[in-house]
Amino acid sequence: MITRRTAIAAGLAAPFVAKGSAQAQAPSRNETLLLVQEYGPNSLDMQGIGSSQPVNGVALNCYDRLLRFKPVPIPGGGGNMVSMGELEGELAESWQVASDGMSVTFKLRDATFHSGRKVTATDVKWSLDRACTIGGFATTQMNAGSLEKPEQFVVVDEKTFRIDFLRKDKMTLPNLAVTIPFIFDSELAIKNGGGDPHAKEWLKNNIAGSGAYKVESWKPGVETIYVRNDDWKCGKLPQLRRIIARDIASPSTRRALMERGDADVSYGLPPKDFKDLLDAGKVNVVGVPIPNGVWGCYLNTQVGPFKDVRLRQAVAWVMPYDKILQASLFGRGVSMAGGTTPKVAWPQPFPYTPDVAKAKALVDAAGGPFSTTLYFDAGNATVAEPMAVLMKEALATIGITVEINKVPGANFRTEIAKKTNPMVLNRFAGWLDYPDYYLFWTMHGNNSIFNIAAYQNPALDKLVDAARFAPDKAAYDANVVDFIKLVNNEVPMVPINQPTHDVALQKSIGGYQFQPCREPDFRYLTKA
Amino acid sequence: MLKMIGQRLMTTIPSVIGVIIVTFLLTRVLPGDTAAYFAGPAASPQAIIEIRSKLGLDQPLPVQFVSYVTALVKGDLGQSLTTGQPVTKDLAARLPASAELTLAGLILAMAVALPLGVLAAVRQGSWIDHLCRVVATAGVSLPVFFTGLLLVYVFYFILGWSPAPLGRLDVFASEPARITGLYLVDSLLAGDVTTFRAAFAQLILPALTLAIFSLAPITRMTRASMLAVLGADFVRTARASGLSNRKVIGTYAFRNAMLPVVTTLGMVFSFLLGANVLVEKVFAWPGVGSYAVEALIASDYAPIQGFVLTMAVMYVALNLMIDVLYGVIDPRVRLEG
Repeated sequence: MITRRTAIAAGLAAPFVAKGSAQAQAPSRNETLLLVQEYGPNSLDMQGIGSSQPVNGVALNCYDRLLRFKPVPIPGGGGNMVSMGELEGELAESWQVASDGMSVTFKLRDATFHSGRKVTATDVKWSLDRACTIGGFATTQMNAGSLEKPEQFVVVDEKTFRIDFLRKDKMTLPNLAVTIPFIFDSELAIKNGGGDPHAKEWLKNNIAGSGAYKVESWKPGVETIYVRNDDWKCGKLPQLRRIIARDIASPSTRRALMERGDADVSYGLPPKDFKDLLDAGKVNVVGVPIPNGVWGCYLNTQVGPFKDVRLRQAVAWVMPYDKILQASLFGRGVSMAGGTTPKVAWPQPFPYTPDVAKAKALVDAAGGPFSTTLYFDAGNATVAEPMAVLMKEALATIGITVEINKVPGANFRTEIAKKTNPMVLNRFAGWLDYPDYYLFWTMHGNNSIFNIAAYQNPALDKLVDAARFAPDKAAYDANVVDFIKLVNNEVPMVPINQPTHDVALQKSIGGYQFQPCREPDFRYLTKA
Repeated sequence: MLKMIGQRLMTTIPSVIGVIIVTFLLTRVLPGDTAAYFAGPAASPQAIIEIRSKLGLDQPLPVQFVSYVTALVKGDLGQSLTTGQPVTKDLAARLPASAELTLAGLILAMAVALPLGVLAAVRQGSWIDHLCRVVATAGVSLPVFFTGLLLVYVFYFILGWSPAPLGRLDVFASEPARITGLYLVDSLLAGDVTTFRAAFAQLILPALTLAIFSLAPITRMTRASMLAVLGADFVRTARASGLSNRKVIGTYAFRNAMLPVVTTLGMVFSFLLGANVLVEKVFAWPGVGSYAVEALIASDYAPIQGFVLTMAVMYVALNLMIDVLYGVIDPRVRLEG
């Protein structure tokens, strides 16, 4: 008998019953990957001004570059990462550095854009010119590899392209493999650009590339759907036909989706969730210590108490390295305590271990107890807050009273640009994994925004500049060891730990590839 | 009636102008540098200056205000930097999502709260009155993100009854053709039962979370206003005339008690529409609340201004609707313009 009550009950239950029919679409699920991430791209053009972090993923998967980083196995297993010196051709079939070392010539592959047009050297020139002249982050990144002027980019013939060097710079070639110098279909872009030589508006919303994936639909703040480009010429055809990247802001929801097996891959969970997932063993967690990345406590060397090097050393002697690693990163990182001999690597442990007596003696010698303020970006609070609290506790034991100031995201840049804050917790990670590159951004006299300690030391500048343009490896190594020794003693920044970049994947997902831009590379992923 | 509505609208014009000026100024005095934020990592000071001039933020405030108002008159709310899209487009896409969720939550809350409130008032001091008090207290004291996560944990994670909290639709379902922007309505209009089911299943948990939260004000208001009415002379007269209990409560008392309840409903609706950020976050619901908060964190002016303006306009419209509804519920209410 159907009463009104049972009818209502059946109606309410209907959506749950419908679950069975959803599984009938199983075949498409096997070729589709569901990625859940905190937030998605705000543009499809990584060269454009104001592009957010996830736009790197669009550039990586939908566009090709001349070169790419060669996959090398992650030491701990679980997939591949990259090694700076090892490159392979993407759009370039081959390349040859001139005998005088002042130019490089690329032979292009027979590749086609999504539009069906052939990729030519003219497209390469248009794209690299654009990256160098568009301004903002793209231009800064190009300059980091001594790629500064359009005159450097020369079309030799339709399939041959040359870059003339301004100076010998070991970062020039690796910098061609990052997610900025990717190649556009220049005819398509100019045609739709509406008079703008950079076609900024159109490229922000449209893909004009030759990459392994195309964007099928993009709903900012909701989802991005990628489909495979079956005519991709620049590598092995990816296994996955379709990628759905959904923006799920709540990390708890993302974790639940992973544990239930509804999502295939998740980036950006809090370290505690990664640790729990790893311990539970239902899904794989692959961690790569972020190359060239380190959490550091920057101590202002120009104003405030930490002008005194003894106090900076005192902070390094009292930093609770291991406690921080356990309580804020849940072990997902590498401690930077107790280094021995300086190596040619970055980050590397500094020669300090917790030693309250030593620290206390240094504080007393420098004039005794005082109060100060520690700043960090509220956007990083999950990790930075416990870190700050532990530091406050430790510093109290040597007579330094710390007030913690959590700065909201948009204000943080303004705060650190002032260069007046006595102590700042920050994580910086350079895309190009060279010690001199890191110091160029964070401790060099050029005083970039990331030189939060406002450190000024001509001796260091000389060593860093010499390392950057070192003629050979021996000279380079000597310079690096010298500047490491110098900052070990001067500690404008106390390195705390090197965090791990973690990603959670279902057991059925293989082929994980870590990229310096830290966005998922769908081209290598497989699904069983 | 039309004249009344017209006059009411006239009086709202100054407040809307006020909202425009205040939001413009408020967003400008917010600490934080939009240009520095969007210049991204490793930006040089020069890059930041370029971005500032591109966004027009290097102009004096009055000039910025004039260009903002000029654009506004043309219906242009500016560009969001966080999504990279025009604000009007973003709001148009997100407002229906919020509206659908809020409406569903409110209907659910009303279905429970109204009878509960009425019964609590009629049987004052009985177990049902106590239940009403417990439900209301529990409802407001549980933070929404907690209720939301708890529901996800129980119904999705443990029991597996509910679909994955992935937003408005399962990833493999396709969006219905857009008519109203409300998936439930659109899918029914298109006669697409599968999509309706999928959208409905996604909606249950977030709507329930909102309903639990909004139960309290509605129940308490219904109860209080019913109590006041039940003590009134006309109810005593009705009872003395020998009308049945049902008729007295249902027809006379309840209708008279509705006025403050409708006001509360209006308030709760407009509050929930913009304020259910946490529910939106937990259920990945692409609504306006989380949109505005994300913009705020990034000091992204255009979406904040657009959001506040939209909310102000909606609030005005809602209040007007409630005023009109007053007249329908109680013919004695005469609104003066």
